[in-house]
Amino acid sequence: MALSSEQGNRFADLLKGHEDTVIASWTDEISRTVRGRLSRAELQRQTSELQKGFQTALSGGASDLNDDAAAELRAQLTELSNTRARQGFTANETAVSVFALKEAVFQVIKGGEDADTATLRDYIGFSAFVDRAALFTFDTYVRIREELIADQAEQLLELSTPVVKLWEGVVAVPLVGTLDSARAQVVMERLLQTLVDTGSPYAIIDITGVPAVDTQVAQHILKTVVAARLMGADCIISGIRPQIAQTIVALGIEFGDIATKASLADALRHVLRLTGTKRQER
Amino acid sequence: MTTWDGAAAAERVAITSDQDVVRVRQLVRTLAVAVKLSLVDQTKIVTAASELARNTLVYGGGGNAEVSRVDNGRKPGIRIVFADEGPGIPDLDLALTDGYTTGGGMGLGLSGARRLVDEFEIDTEVGKGTTISVTKWCR
Repeated sequence: MALSSEQGNRFADLLKGHEDTVIASWTDEISRTVRGRLSRAELQRQTSELQKGFQTALSGGASDLNDDAAAELRAQLTELSNTRARQGFTANETAVSVFALKEAVFQVIKGGEDADTATLRDYIGFSAFVDRAALFTFDTYVRIREELIADQAEQLLELSTPVVKLWEGVVAVPLVGTLDSARAQVVMERLLQTLVDTGSPYAIIDITGVPAVDTQVAQHILKTVVAARLMGADCIISGIRPQIAQTIVALGIEFGDIATKASLADALRHVLRLTGTKRQER
Repeated sequence: MTTWDGAAAAERVAITSDQDVVRVRQLVRTLAVAVKLSLVDQTKIVTAASELARNTLVYGGGGNAEVSRVDNGRKPGIRIVFADEGPGIPDLDLALTDGYTTGGGMGLGLSGARRLVDEFEIDTEVGKGTTISVTKWCR
């Protein structure tokens, strides 16, 4: 049941007339769900702003949340979802912040003497309007959370591919997890750049943390090795566990003349032997 | 989480993106652990699943994988059926030759996957699609 503009106006007047009461009981309602994670003063500020938003939208003749008159209100709801999502509130807690307005307004109507059928019919229209506002908040919340997840996935890509200096002239890339094309590209770029920056003649690619080496992963690693060689650096692949070795043999992947070792320690020892660095025996 | 109780327990995954290849791999690994395959066999079936799932995506244009627990009366095992409705494989012998590829890969995926499993069945028709069934038994 859509809200007519007369009904909207009546509710705008009601919100204005009982401003303090509505804000107070609305704030009470929300503070019960957020349980002390937001101060009462903060909530009161938010609800009074939202109350003005609803009031303006309704007196402007908005019968639906998508109307032009409700543009300001939509912006406010988006802002609310945004802060709630980033502060770690659940979708439920966020939507309740809007739904609570219905309860607050109902209290006002019940307290008045004119709680007749007409008022209740008005209330149903108003209630539908608030429902749509709450659902809008919910949608916005989900969208913002998805953006957050996408951002984090991007950050994870950066985080999970460090290139570390292991020894003078030796850098290592510990690969962890799934090596898809996007990550392989990041790994290659990082490694080649580090080789230039540090002037290292040796690079160790450690695949201990890669759960399965299929042809795609192998191809990415081989390409990285070839690229490093073109720049004059020698690559060693380490972290080849027994099950990975057997799988690579069965698949028929050839690593050619690339040095491979079972552990990172073996690989480092191999490089140090090549460079003639003497170990300090204790 | 899926429980793999009955012999008929099967789970179907649609393969439409790279993420789905990862999901197939994880599902296969979970089941491989559940049927108590050895670590080497787990890695082999997971790798074979990874190859075939990617083939389904890249050459079959997407499809689905059905992962199920099987039992031949003496020992349990794991079976994965990959199905797509892509262009099919015109020359199967050539496709199963090591090093032959029509894409940019190493040409070892299909032939390598066959060596990684105990049973390998392929059913393909040009213009209709390809279905590949692989099984790995517990030893």
